[in-house]
Amino acid sequence: MAETLSYSMPLALTGLTFAIGIRTGLFNIGSEGQVYMGALAAVAIGSASLSYAGHAHIALTLIGSALIGMLWALIPALLKVYRGVHEVLSTIMLNWTAYYITMYISSQVLVDPARPEKTLSVLESSRFSTIVPGTTLTGGIFISIATALAYYFLISRSVLGYEISLLGSGIDVARYAGVNVRKIMIYSFLLGGIASGIAGGLLVIARPPTYAIYGTLGNIWGYGFEGIGVALIGRNNPIGIILASILYGGIKNGGRFMEYYAGIDSDLVKAINGLIVISLSMPELFRILGRLVRR
Amino acid sequence: MMIRGIVRISIYVAILSAILILLQELLGTDPKALIQTTLLAMTPLALAAAGEALNQRAGMVNIGIEGIFAISAIAGVYMAEVLGNGYLGLLFGGLVGALIGFIMAVVSIYGKADQIIMGMGLNIAAMGITPFLLRAIWGFPGLHLPPKEVLIQRLDIYGFQISIVTIAAIVIAIALHIILHKTYLGLWIKAAGEAPEALDAAGHNVNMIRMITPTIGGFLAGLGGAFMPLDFFGSITKEFTAGRGFIALACVISSNLEPMGSLGFALIFGLADALAPVIAITPGVKESVPYQFILALPYIVTLAVVAIAVKGRKLPRALGIPYSRE
Repeated sequence: MAETLSYSMPLALTGLTFAIGIRTGLFNIGSEGQVYMGALAAVAIGSASLSYAGHAHIALTLIGSALIGMLWALIPALLKVYRGVHEVLSTIMLNWTAYYITMYISSQVLVDPARPEKTLSVLESSRFSTIVPGTTLTGGIFISIATALAYYFLISRSVLGYEISLLGSGIDVARYAGVNVRKIMIYSFLLGGIASGIAGGLLVIARPPTYAIYGTLGNIWGYGFEGIGVALIGRNNPIGIILASILYGGIKNGGRFMEYYAGIDSDLVKAINGLIVISLSMPELFRILGRLVRR
Repeated sequence: MMIRGIVRISIYVAILSAILILLQELLGTDPKALIQTTLLAMTPLALAAAGEALNQRAGMVNIGIEGIFAISAIAGVYMAEVLGNGYLGLLFGGLVGALIGFIMAVVSIYGKADQIIMGMGLNIAAMGITPFLLRAIWGFPGLHLPPKEVLIQRLDIYGFQISIVTIAAIVIAIALHIILHKTYLGLWIKAAGEAPEALDAAGHNVNMIRMITPTIGGFLAGLGGAFMPLDFFGSITKEFTAGRGFIALACVISSNLEPMGSLGFALIFGLADALAPVIAITPGVKESVPYQFILALPYIVTLAVVAIAVKGRKLPRALGIPYSRE
């Protein structure tokens, strides 16, 4: 159970990125690249010896991750608003660019001299400690839940959240209501970037035992795309996303055991994730199924 | 229209030759090898982009090209090895692509699915299915090399090697251009995207058109997918598609949904793809610029080209909206 929660911690955040995009009417799938950049920032700041910072080191690392995730999200935002480049295209291209940048920096610049297959581990002062002994569950889960709750209040209780929903219900609707469409679109991307940046940061500073990025990016790979499924199951609602991320964490955790005990390829978990996304793309599916069941 | 297309293509060719001459002067690259690789890299993009241009004209969006590439490549290599014939493998890859395209069409028309979410779902599923099938069929998750006999032989024209599939891709792009602009079928396709209710009122079946184009698009994408391991790379790896499905989409969007135009953009992106390994081994660059940054070059070029080309493009009015009689 603790492992499941540990897996769900970053998934809730990447789910938020996608959900806030969909609520604005944007198909923002740049979460993957923003996770990489956030993880990179976490390694850079977390492994620097900021001894005078004390306990603020964790906060500094997370803020750094969030900022760089936000900056990485600013590129597709500006391209979308000023050049009309579709966000699917720009975010995928930026995901691959981030992938290679992260690969370079984690294998050449921030590499651990003792173990060249991974980067430097972040220092004790910027690590979350485990809250259930013997598992990988750390205090990072609280950051994840707190962020989701903050986004919930932002979306449902603030003016910005209302304008985001207006834009999501149609660009003309929003224009008539006097919403600054460009500004809200950029804010939506930036909010998404912050969530994914934090997710990347948490994957480094809140996931024992390595507290680092592997050179193959194996431990930070795939969370962005899984966030799409999480957001769809959670109906793009931050509270729903917290619950959906726990379900997904369970699937991911179970996939590991499937491989150990039953010899079933854990790649199938990814395939199942895709099938979940496909089936959730059909609003008519439940009606069709309902008709079949009644018959 | 045809003449304008030819003029536009000649301009592209002129620009590309200028770039090639410049490269030869600056880096001492062999232009012949570079052109050969460019054409190879262009082929899957051009095939998928031509099909997708037709598809988007009919008001359908398929962003699952990446997934079709991956799945049909494995299917194609498998069939080529079973039957011992690369061409049949290519054809089978195309058929698998067509099947996926057809299923996606049915799901989006009768299930009223959000096509962008569904396409992304296909991509995500393919990310898991590819390594799974690689391990399930050949027992090795990372890499598989098909035997030499099943690879497609390249034509040799006075020492210049060109794949027969490349020629086919160019012919198909021209054929789709003619179908789209000169025939009734093309007119119906355009109407299905711009004014499906008008097409319906004229007595044609909108959903039928919208099932034909994704099937054609899927077939061409599948052909492109099977082409990559059977000809271009000669091997199949876990993540060999590497965003090419999305680069094909970039060709479609930048060319304003023209099959011929997307061929031109496929050439540009193919050049960026072929250039990356050339730049990486150039003396002077090799020491100063990290290899990983050069690998990121095709994606940055794609983004830059799209950002320049896409401004003011007009998409079909009913793009991505399921049609239903009210």
